[in-house]
Amino acid sequence: VGKDKADLLQGTLDLLVLKTVETMGPIHGWGIAKRIEQISQDLLEMKYGTLYPALMRLEQNGWISSTWGASENNRRARFYSITKLGRKQLAREAEKWEQMAAFIGRVLGSTR
Amino acid sequence: MAQFRSLASRFFALFRRRELEQRIDEELQFLLNMQTEENIRRGMDPPDAKAEACSKIGNRTQVTEAVYRMNTLSFLEESARNARLSLRMLRRSPGFAAAAIFTLAIGIGANTAVFNIVYAVLLKPLPYPEAGRLISVQHTAPGAPGMMSASGDLRLSASLFFTYADHNRSFEAIGAWSVAAATVTGQGEPEEVRTIIVTKGVLEALGVKPAAGRPLAEADQSPGAARVAMLSYWYWQRRFGGDRAVIGKSLIVDAQPAQIVGVMPAGFRVVDTEAELILPFRFNRAELELPGFYLRSVARLKPGVTPEAASADIVRMVDLWMNSWPPPSGVNPRSWDQWRITPALRPLRQDVVGRIEQGLWVVMGTMGIVLLIACANVTNLLLVRAEARQRELAVRAALGAGWGQIVRQLLVESLTLGLSGGLLGSAIAAALLKAVVAIGPASLPRLNEISMDWQTAGFALGLSLVAGLLLGLIPAWQYARPKLGQALRAGGRSATDSRQKHRAQNILVVAQVALALVLLVCSGLMIRTFQALNRVQPGFTKPEQIQTLRIAIPTALIAESERVMLTQQQIQEKLAALPGVSAVGFASTLPADGLPPNWDAIYIVEGQPRLPGQPPPMRRFKAISPGFLEAMGTRLIAGRSYEWVDLMDRRPVILISENLAREYWGDPRTALGKRIGYARNFREVIGVVQDVYDNGVHDVAPATVYWPTFDANKFMPATRNVTFALRSARTGSQGFLRQVEQAVWSVNANLSLAAIQSMAELHARSMARTSFTLVMLAIAGGMALLLGVVGIYGVIAYTVAQRRREVGIRLALGAAPSTVRRMFLRRGLILCATGCVLGLGGAVALSRLMKSLLFGVTPLDPMTYVVMPVVLLVAALAACYFPAQRASAVDPVETLRAE
Repeated sequence: VGKDKADLLQGTLDLLVLKTVETMGPIHGWGIAKRIEQISQDLLEMKYGTLYPALMRLEQNGWISSTWGASENNRRARFYSITKLGRKQLAREAEKWEQMAAFIGRVLGSTR
Repeated sequence: MAQFRSLASRFFALFRRRELEQRIDEELQFLLNMQTEENIRRGMDPPDAKAEACSKIGNRTQVTEAVYRMNTLSFLEESARNARLSLRMLRRSPGFAAAAIFTLAIGIGANTAVFNIVYAVLLKPLPYPEAGRLISVQHTAPGAPGMMSASGDLRLSASLFFTYADHNRSFEAIGAWSVAAATVTGQGEPEEVRTIIVTKGVLEALGVKPAAGRPLAEADQSPGAARVAMLSYWYWQRRFGGDRAVIGKSLIVDAQPAQIVGVMPAGFRVVDTEAELILPFRFNRAELELPGFYLRSVARLKPGVTPEAASADIVRMVDLWMNSWPPPSGVNPRSWDQWRITPALRPLRQDVVGRIEQGLWVVMGTMGIVLLIACANVTNLLLVRAEARQRELAVRAALGAGWGQIVRQLLVESLTLGLSGGLLGSAIAAALLKAVVAIGPASLPRLNEISMDWQTAGFALGLSLVAGLLLGLIPAWQYARPKLGQALRAGGRSATDSRQKHRAQNILVVAQVALALVLLVCSGLMIRTFQALNRVQPGFTKPEQIQTLRIAIPTALIAESERVMLTQQQIQEKLAALPGVSAVGFASTLPADGLPPNWDAIYIVEGQPRLPGQPPPMRRFKAISPGFLEAMGTRLIAGRSYEWVDLMDRRPVILISENLAREYWGDPRTALGKRIGYARNFREVIGVVQDVYDNGVHDVAPATVYWPTFDANKFMPATRNVTFALRSARTGSQGFLRQVEQAVWSVNANLSLAAIQSMAELHARSMARTSFTLVMLAIAGGMALLLGVVGIYGVIAYTVAQRRREVGIRLALGAAPSTVRRMFLRRGLILCATGCVLGLGGAVALSRLMKSLLFGVTPLDPMTYVVMPVVLLVAALAACYFPAQRASAVDPVETLRAE
């Protein structure tokens, strides 16, 4: 684990996964991890030990659903897609995040 | 842990364990393959590529764990972890655990047992349907001369009952009843049985249907009807083996055949009375007069009728009653107005429970205090442990445990203690209850209804939880606050402690001492009450040497009154001839034997003018034989007792009690030769008898007229139902009882002997309530004293241990051991004295509540209030002395080197 790779801010993993599933879905776990790493320009390293429970949790909450399917190289994989509830949750979370980011930006800006 | 996992997965039915594992396996395999391929694409060797992929993806167990942790309700899991942790801690210090759990178990056990008794006796509804509507109908008559002094209540007369039954607007049913003895003959030895004689309405009001056969009917109540009887369940089982064919057969009761019509269900009682037979009254309405107040009564209110409305109804009917029944000759019926007969309706429960209620609540309260003291003690132990564990807690906090988590851990620990104590306590309670039921204190009604049930279990559980929370709160509040950096820095070597830290402990000890003193004072007051009761001269001497037995002679067996008297005289002579018997006599009732007292009017008293038209004053009376006073040890104040010749010759003579003589003529001696009685039945006072405490020693001795057992009144010349009293040192021994039986049967083989007991048993029963409360309070007081002393000891010993280094320095600098000792003794004394002062205040306030339990002693009895604090102080000082002694024996060199 590289020192320069950032840890995920708590609570942001759900948001990232939801957004990825929304735009890319149906998508398998590998794809989600790759996509997030790619967008972060490899600043984030997705550990499956973290990603996996998050997927389960989102599914239990009814925000995503999953079915078995075949991957691009014809392997059996689980494909995740967002649900109606999930879209609502995503909108809520995204709004919260933007408010927070704006607030933190203001705080950092004002001290300068 | 495994249980909690499965519990958690049950919450999330979406994921069955096997399914979940399979899914994770498959997905991980997929990811592994993808990662390996990518690694190879990036130019790794296939083995390296696979190894790298494995390390990135992790193994199944890891992921499964993570999923489960997420699924598990975190609170439950944390509590379980805390519980496991605390169990481990407890196992590691078995001494502490045993002391704490046992202390709590005693407190919780005692409380659960007493609660069970309180519940069964006071709180559980009576075993009748809709028992809330049942009331007992009684009256007070503040204007009735003589009557109210001793008995407290005016019962119903038969005419009053009929008035109520015919004209009431408030009752669904009302009945009157009375208790009597009867002799059953015909099969085997004659047997005396208890009977309840009921009017129509008693069984209807109680709402209990017979277990077999039919209930008593209205037709059975008329004087001309065929005699019938109902059996109790147990008598049916015992005498007839539960044979249903017995219904319709006849039973010889008092030498008269009565047809058995039904059997009452098991455990049936009329209010507080159990009996073998239930018989109907057979009143002839035409012969009834206004007075004769001897019936108890039970009624069922109509739905929606309040007791107040029923009272108003009765006021109306009392007026009606005076106008509709004949008075005794020469008395104006309206003169009963002077008695001011007022209804006193009581919930039936009160009649069943009787006088034990207040005693029970006091006992319950004292047991609650014992539990508080026990909790204080265990809290002290926990505080000491928390102190010792402060470093551990600080480390946990430093490693990121939140304040809430530490509080939760401390609370779970104390709850674990509380529940363990509760479990053991329930076992103790069950054992205690078994013992109580086995001993069967006479003062406890409804004893047969006591059992361990879910209410009790719930009570024990609730008590354990409350105790557990109470225990944990103070340590949690003290130690979980974020001042832990300090603790870490001090490194557990804070040898010279701040006062602040001990404040909680000191407060607990002071509270313990105060509560213990309250209990000691209460039990001291009960001891003084018991002493006072025992000092009362009850009107008989050495009751353990008086053998009593009842013999009834029914009319059917011996019809003529004179022959009854002669038979009784013969029995008396035979009994007097037995070896070891010094005196024999008999009487209609014995002191405190529980038989309903007899009342009669005294119409004419020499030297006392009576207002014309007034009802004559009622007086208690009993019939006694020659020799009875000698057998009982009742002193003659003046004059002489009866002789057989007085009875044989029908001499118009009479004996009266000392208080009656004083009331009439001012002095026992002047009473001799005066005459009292009815218009044509004048009798001359030949003797004045010492006052006898007929209602038990806690009640006033009633003014009493002693008629002879023969020729007392024209309706019933002989007293057929008498109790013999034999004074003998052989009382109670089997050989003696057999000789007594033989002696009686040598006179007449058809006579039955009943109520064979010693006078001491009767006497003990009349003191039963006091002795019950006394024993319970003494146990509570003893426990409180012990726990309080242990508490003081613990705190002082702990202080000594904490200040060991300081003591070492002091001794090294030349302090005398006695000075060190005094230092700790003084600390103990200050704590204890503070507790005593507070405790005395509490005792003054609380002892008022038990005023009605006391006798011959005020709630502020100086003796008790001096002795009990001294006892407590001495015990506490002794408890302080040992640790103080140990402190002064500290070897300074060793202590300082150990640092």
